[in-house]
Amino acid sequence: MMAGFEPQIIAFCCNWCTYAAADLAGTSRMHYPPNVRIVRVMCSGMVDPIYVLKAFEGGVDGILVAGCHLTDCHYIDGPVKCDETVNKLREVLHVLGLEDKRLRREMVAASEGVLFAQVINEMVEDLKKLGPSPFKAKTEALA
Amino acid sequence: MEEPRIGVFICHCGINIGAYVKVPDLVDYVQELPNVVYSERNLFTCSEEGVSAIKKAIKEHDLNRVVVASCTPRTHETLFRAACEEAGLNKYLFEFVNIRDQCSWVHMKEPEKATEKAGDLIRMGIAKARLLQPLEEIEIKVAPSAMVIGGGVVGMEAALNLAKQDFDVHLVEKEPELGGTLRSINMLFQTNQEAAKLVKTLAEQVKSHPRIKTHLSSKIKQVTGFIGNFEVKLDNKAGESEFSVGTIIVAVGAESLKPEGQYGYGKLANVVTQLELEEKMKKGEPAGQNVVMINCVGARVPERTYCSRICCMTAIKNASLIKEANPKAKVWVLHRDLMTYGVDFENHYRRAMELGVRFIRYSLDRPPEVIGEKKVEKLKVYHELWRREIELPCDTLVLTTPLIPSEDNKDISRMLKVSMDEFGFLLEAHLKLRPVEFAMDGVYICGSVRWPTDVTEGVSQAYAAAAKAAGPLRMGYVKAEAINAAVDEEACSGCGVCELLCSFQAIELQPKGDKRVSHVNEALCKGCGTCSAACPSGAISMHHFTDEQILAQVEALFS
Repeated sequence: MMAGFEPQIIAFCCNWCTYAAADLAGTSRMHYPPNVRIVRVMCSGMVDPIYVLKAFEGGVDGILVAGCHLTDCHYIDGPVKCDETVNKLREVLHVLGLEDKRLRREMVAASEGVLFAQVINEMVEDLKKLGPSPFKAKTEALA
Repeated sequence: MEEPRIGVFICHCGINIGAYVKVPDLVDYVQELPNVVYSERNLFTCSEEGVSAIKKAIKEHDLNRVVVASCTPRTHETLFRAACEEAGLNKYLFEFVNIRDQCSWVHMKEPEKATEKAGDLIRMGIAKARLLQPLEEIEIKVAPSAMVIGGGVVGMEAALNLAKQDFDVHLVEKEPELGGTLRSINMLFQTNQEAAKLVKTLAEQVKSHPRIKTHLSSKIKQVTGFIGNFEVKLDNKAGESEFSVGTIIVAVGAESLKPEGQYGYGKLANVVTQLELEEKMKKGEPAGQNVVMINCVGARVPERTYCSRICCMTAIKNASLIKEANPKAKVWVLHRDLMTYGVDFENHYRRAMELGVRFIRYSLDRPPEVIGEKKVEKLKVYHELWRREIELPCDTLVLTTPLIPSEDNKDISRMLKVSMDEFGFLLEAHLKLRPVEFAMDGVYICGSVRWPTDVTEGVSQAYAAAAKAAGPLRMGYVKAEAINAAVDEEACSGCGVCELLCSFQAIELQPKGDKRVSHVNEALCKGCGTCSAACPSGAISMHHFTDEQILAQVEALFS
């Protein structure tokens, strides 16, 4: 583990479930590390692979793609489509040499504020162990 | 595009944000960012004062984009969008940044880092705001008529309610008669009213109402279209009929489980379900001298885990009626738990005990045992409280079975694009916030098609669904969400992935010149954006969540 390393995380959260779960974590005054920046999307199924790739290119250390559970999607079956996207992305990330744990896929319902906080806690811990994204150094060298 | 002139309003939310995030520093910080021409902080941006400040600044500083950093769009986006609109700015030129629920409240112990995070989030929001486009919600005309599927008491009440509000109603019933499950029922509990009388009164009202067209022995063959313009095709004896309606209410009810093979049902002569008992009692046939009822037959078991709620009361009702008609009769109710929820039901239960009905608790580990060859002679029951086995004489064994979802629900779910739960009941949009609506706009739900309900509950739900279904009919139009998909026809290669993926049948390939390109039906599009994520040509973009906007947000984190 790198001393003092604070990973940077982007979380793509669906408007209806996980974004609401993140709000619930707030209204319940839970505490989780401030390493995450949430980007609101309408559905986890709308997360374009390019968002994830561009974020890694920019130097982010980890990405969370989170939305509704399979049975309570506002758009019927968005999570199924999201799973497909993420599975394909994993292959690409593997080729690029990025560790699997840098991309996390979760289903977090609007009522699961605790789970949201737990996921962020775990991600921060995992990423601290992994250290900075290999892309971060490259991006910084280019800059 | 005109040069963006962005105004940023950062909220203290009293101490909720202000005590942890250094709001004044952020106000200074954002002023350095490109295109930000104005920024201020408010004690409460959502107050009258805050909202006026937004409107004033739009005019004074000629703002064409507004960013509010405060609580959550889930509660306050509508308010701030309205403020923009009132000041003459298209409401889609507004962007919300959540620095309370997702920042100050969860990082109270780390104010420095919370401030840094809030700064990042606001910078990201501004980056998106720079690229926002004005959008218009399209208006869809609504045909002033409705269809109610299901001619039971709940469906009839919904149809009458709409008709009394002066709307044309098509009431569709698959059986040759109106009345549904209630036609088999003897008396209604609580009021001790004859079910037949209620059905007759309602059916007469329905048949004589000039606004209601009743379609009996009719099955729905197809439903296409969307809120305002559903095209319905019916199959019936007369052949096919077609009509169009603005909204639809689903009230198809549920069915009573027939517990084949359980406790001798279907094999032994004197084993009936509660519903069959009611039919007997209705005809005036005596129930017998020794009547045993077993509750939860086929309910709250591994293969059907739910509680059907209304059956305990049905058993208590019938047990009481038997005792009232023949005080010398012996009636035992074997139960696992007793569900006597609702107004007066507990009194009803107490009264049954006073009448001499005996309640014995059994457990699923040691269910009652039927003894008899051709008919049930007696039952062996392990009495949970006495902790010993007893024998009960029995000349009628009544099995209390749950309501189960109708097989028709599958067709309805497919045709109306509404969800089903794990058991096959249809699912409302939201249990608490939208209890009688489906997620599909313009389609509403009431009665036991959702979950077993008694008549009182079903009728209340019918009124609620009718009120909801009447809303768009009365308005004459609905506004479709402006956050939907848009196709760049030049870039579209016509591969059709979007058409395959769309769960709302909102996209189809249509000929255009010498190629086929996707076409979005804005009234059907829900704006989930899966098509845009999947489009290999980058030809589809989601209004208000375009690739450019989201990527700008992501890239702003690193700038």
